[in-house]
Amino acid sequence: MINQKITWKESIKGWLFVLPMLIGVTVFSLYPIVKSFLMSTYTDYDFINDVVYKKGIANFQYIFQDPNFITAIKNTLIFVIGAVPITIILSLFFAVLLFNIKKLAGFFRTIYFLPFVTSTIAISMVWTWIFNSRSGLANYFLGLLGINPIDWLNSPKYAMLTLIIISVWKGLGFNIILLLAGLGNIDKRYKEAATIDGANAWQTFFHVILPQLSPTLVFVFINSIIGHFKVFDEIFAVFGGQPGPSKSALTMVFYIYQQFWASNNYGRAAAASVILFAMIMVVTVIQWQIAKKFDFSRPTKVRTNKK
Amino acid sequence: MNNKKRSIKLSTIFSYIIIILGAITMLIPFIWMIDTSLKTQSEAIKTPPIWIPEQLRFDSYINAWKAAPFATYLVNSVFVTLTTTALQLLTSIMAAFGFAKLRFKGKGLLFGILLATMMVPGEMLIIPNFVTLSKFHLINTYGALIIPWIASFFSVFALRQAFLSVPNTIYYSSKIDGASDWRFLWKVLVPMSKSSIVAITMLQVIGSWNSFMWPLIVINDDKLRTLPVGLQAFMTETGIQYPELMAATAFVIAPMAILYLFLQKYIIAGVSRSGLKG
Repeated sequence: MINQKITWKESIKGWLFVLPMLIGVTVFSLYPIVKSFLMSTYTDYDFINDVVYKKGIANFQYIFQDPNFITAIKNTLIFVIGAVPITIILSLFFAVLLFNIKKLAGFFRTIYFLPFVTSTIAISMVWTWIFNSRSGLANYFLGLLGINPIDWLNSPKYAMLTLIIISVWKGLGFNIILLLAGLGNIDKRYKEAATIDGANAWQTFFHVILPQLSPTLVFVFINSIIGHFKVFDEIFAVFGGQPGPSKSALTMVFYIYQQFWASNNYGRAAAASVILFAMIMVVTVIQWQIAKKFDFSRPTKVRTNKK
Repeated sequence: MNNKKRSIKLSTIFSYIIIILGAITMLIPFIWMIDTSLKTQSEAIKTPPIWIPEQLRFDSYINAWKAAPFATYLVNSVFVTLTTTALQLLTSIMAAFGFAKLRFKGKGLLFGILLATMMVPGEMLIIPNFVTLSKFHLINTYGALIIPWIASFFSVFALRQAFLSVPNTIYYSSKIDGASDWRFLWKVLVPMSKSSIVAITMLQVIGSWNSFMWPLIVINDDKLRTLPVGLQAFMTETGIQYPELMAATAFVIAPMAILYLFLQKYIIAGVSRSGLKG
């Protein structure tokens, strides 16, 4: 039964079980991936009847000469670079704290994770109210600290900062849960061995826990970067369907949305989405390579034991 | 010794203080949302802000509910979320069983191809999918909100992990007992993987309920709007009365928050597992 040749009957049955899913995924995931690449070359396209009149690389030429697209790439990178490290460091910090307390850990975990289940659109509107320059809570708290009110929503200087704060707040819980799971998987004996060898809490953290946690950290990093590359909902809600004051929050997905929705230029939108995909792939591959090179997860305990 | 004990205690207290401060930060938007929704507009925009309104008013909820067809949005959201989740669960459970327990030609290759599609950002699929749905005249219908989401390889992948953890010996012995694969799947495998299925279902429900960009693009009929899109329209159309806006955001947030509080054990376990496989 186990190692025999696969019979036709078995094969047919197997394919029948996966078939409903396969039809859906083929029509709405596999085909669109191919179609996106094709569409990015359609320079004259009747999308209603799906008829192509002209093809070429003009869409890519256009978007790379479009200052808006360059702004969008720049803003996306600023957002990713600004939000991801803060999110990860804070997540790690709180995950370690939560991991080491005994009472109420579950209760606090529930609170930290709550933002993850809430609608980005809805909670971003609450944040818009908090960041209201005149009667918002944020400026009130700043006032208590003696800091002048900030025009969070209407100043191009602060729009990105506002988005980063919201996204860090929203993303923390998810990463904390993943990191808590990773921390829970570390064999306690490593920690005990380090303590016996006289390592203090910091040494234990940096030489034992962090290396052991690196597979989870890599996953959290990749996941977080990909997610931040695709930011859209927050912008739409916070700036009322606009890409922020003087396009200061125009990101790549927002650009795709504008090309597609406002300009009805499907070819350019598809070209921009191909670039987004390429960027995400590059980042993912680089991180994989780094993760492979610095695979700390194995014999690091030796380092503390040798002494 | 005594000294060390005290220092441990001090660090624990310190941990708790930071954790509590963090928790307050996590909760502030929710608290402020509810707080504002219970005020009058003039109370809401007072500086410095007042934390406890003179009189708790629920008028904003009633006003917001009447100002836009939130009842319709709610029905749409519930209908779309339930249908999408149910159909996706059905296709995913069947496929996950196929990948976890059955043998068929081309299984490895198919699995590899599907796994690769998970790397593609969903935003890339939006434009071609929009074109596909236009061709079938499904734009601006419930179909547009449901059909593209009835199959998800992410769910298949997660469920397959759960099914793999059920020993094959159980499968073989039930086959020897004469149970068909279909029967084994629904009578044995699914009940045995209940907690994983609940977790995956909940993640799907949350994702579907909160989804914004897709319904924004494929729906322009007010009667078909889901809650997040309806809320966005409400904000742009009515201008800003903060107590009512906050009441309206509560309509969108509350159902998932309540569901989460009841099922948080499963949801958090589901998320934890999703990270471990990576």
